[in-house]
Amino acid sequence: MAKVLIPTPLRQFTEKNDSVELAGATVAEVMAALTQKFPDLRKQLFNDEGKMRSFVNVYLNDEDIRYLQKDATAVAAGDTLSIVPSIAGGAAVREVERTLPVRPAGGV
Amino acid sequence: MATVTAPLELNKDEILRYSRHLILPEVGMEGQKKLKNAKVLMVGAGGLGAPLGLYLAASGIGRIGIVDFDVVDFTNLQRQVIHGTKDVGKKKLQSAAESMLDINPYMQVDQFDTAITSENAFEIISDYDMVIDGTDNFPTRYLINDACVLLKKPNVYGSIFRFEGQSTIFAYPGGPCYRCLYPEPPPPGLVPSCAEGGVLGILPGIIGLVQATEAVKLILGAGEPLVGRLMLYDALAMRFRELKLRRNPECPVCGDNPTIHELIDYHQFCGVPNPKDVQPVTEPISGYMSDTEIDAVALKQRLDRGDKFQFIDVREPHEYQIASIPGAKLIPLGEVPKRVGELDPNTEVVVHCKMGGRSAKAAEFLRQSGFKSVKNMIGGILAWSDKVDPSVPKY
Repeated sequence: MAKVLIPTPLRQFTEKNDSVELAGATVAEVMAALTQKFPDLRKQLFNDEGKMRSFVNVYLNDEDIRYLQKDATAVAAGDTLSIVPSIAGGAAVREVERTLPVRPAGGV
Repeated sequence: MATVTAPLELNKDEILRYSRHLILPEVGMEGQKKLKNAKVLMVGAGGLGAPLGLYLAASGIGRIGIVDFDVVDFTNLQRQVIHGTKDVGKKKLQSAAESMLDINPYMQVDQFDTAITSENAFEIISDYDMVIDGTDNFPTRYLINDACVLLKKPNVYGSIFRFEGQSTIFAYPGGPCYRCLYPEPPPPGLVPSCAEGGVLGILPGIIGLVQATEAVKLILGAGEPLVGRLMLYDALAMRFRELKLRRNPECPVCGDNPTIHELIDYHQFCGVPNPKDVQPVTEPISGYMSDTEIDAVALKQRLDRGDKFQFIDVREPHEYQIASIPGAKLIPLGEVPKRVGELDPNTEVVVHCKMGGRSAKAAEFLRQSGFKSVKNMIGGILAWSDKVDPSVPKY
């Protein structure tokens, strides 16, 4: 089992869990297990073609999987996978509702 | 980092003031003079800029530039400690400069009352040794990154969200840049916006002071800079973690064969409208209603008349506790898809949220789910407070 750390912005899709223990031999398998357990997470992490979104980074322990074998990186028991999305907040943390384009049902 | 030419000397009062630095061998007279000769640019005098501005001023940095065009409001005071209640309504720039000069009159504060843009970034940044990014949006973060890489100025980065923060130094010689970490910004609307917004007031204090620490270390040339490492902080777990960051040889701006040699249109890059181009929202006539929208006044009239419609509040339960409109049923936006069965698709629905953005999404979803008549309440509960019932608190 590997531990997957869920960052705050994504916890709304994981029933507020901040970490989840999942089985899988590779990063792809663990991520598949994660999105199977929490289907709402899928469109946050993957695009329509099933590729990991470029503003979501995944680290195996402290290493970026882009510099390992990406999805195919082997995961051992006791490893920690971190999902690190980009966040921009810093100053006003303004309400941006009004400027956001209305997205169709998929965006809800 | 500061190129020390003809160092400014410390006078007797300054020597007393910086005594606790001067007796630290790692700083000493030499280090304190480096600080005095340093020129640091802070972009943003908000959550991150507030604490770091105060401490950098106190530390004896000789010249600090601030870029900000915002005005202090009451909601800032929960975390932007450089501003006080008396400063509400004042330019953040002025308020910040006053606080900093009050702490340390032996420094210079340069005020840039503007947004940093592709047009002015080089001119503003080139005069400084480094930039501290305390902004709050993706276009500006990519802009600062690219400008710093192209001008070869370190970018001391920090960002925050709710209970979590990140910090690192980008554009340090040989080190990675923001694009190496995140080649592209998230599409607008996909990152949790206001529904998940909010920030623990203390959080920017921690992250801002990590940035300030790194800035001071860069100036002193002391210790190990936070380069090639992304520091993550989780306030709830009270845990700091560190991830490895690498320069991407294929990075379009700092890679081996860069393709970006000048600043681009960062709003377009991030897929968001340039605030410059957004027309001010024209105030609709009070009592406005169309097939898809209704304003607060028209809604009140219909509620008073006892019109039959389903009135739904799509905010979060904790927001409902702050303030609510009588008669509205709470179904948070995230729960709308699975609770849609609780609503009758043949009876009219009016949805509201805080400002009208989330409810627009809910309205669109309901329409696509076959609801015949769905109206979005313009301006949300804030408009209700403004136009119908001022006793409803704003937040």
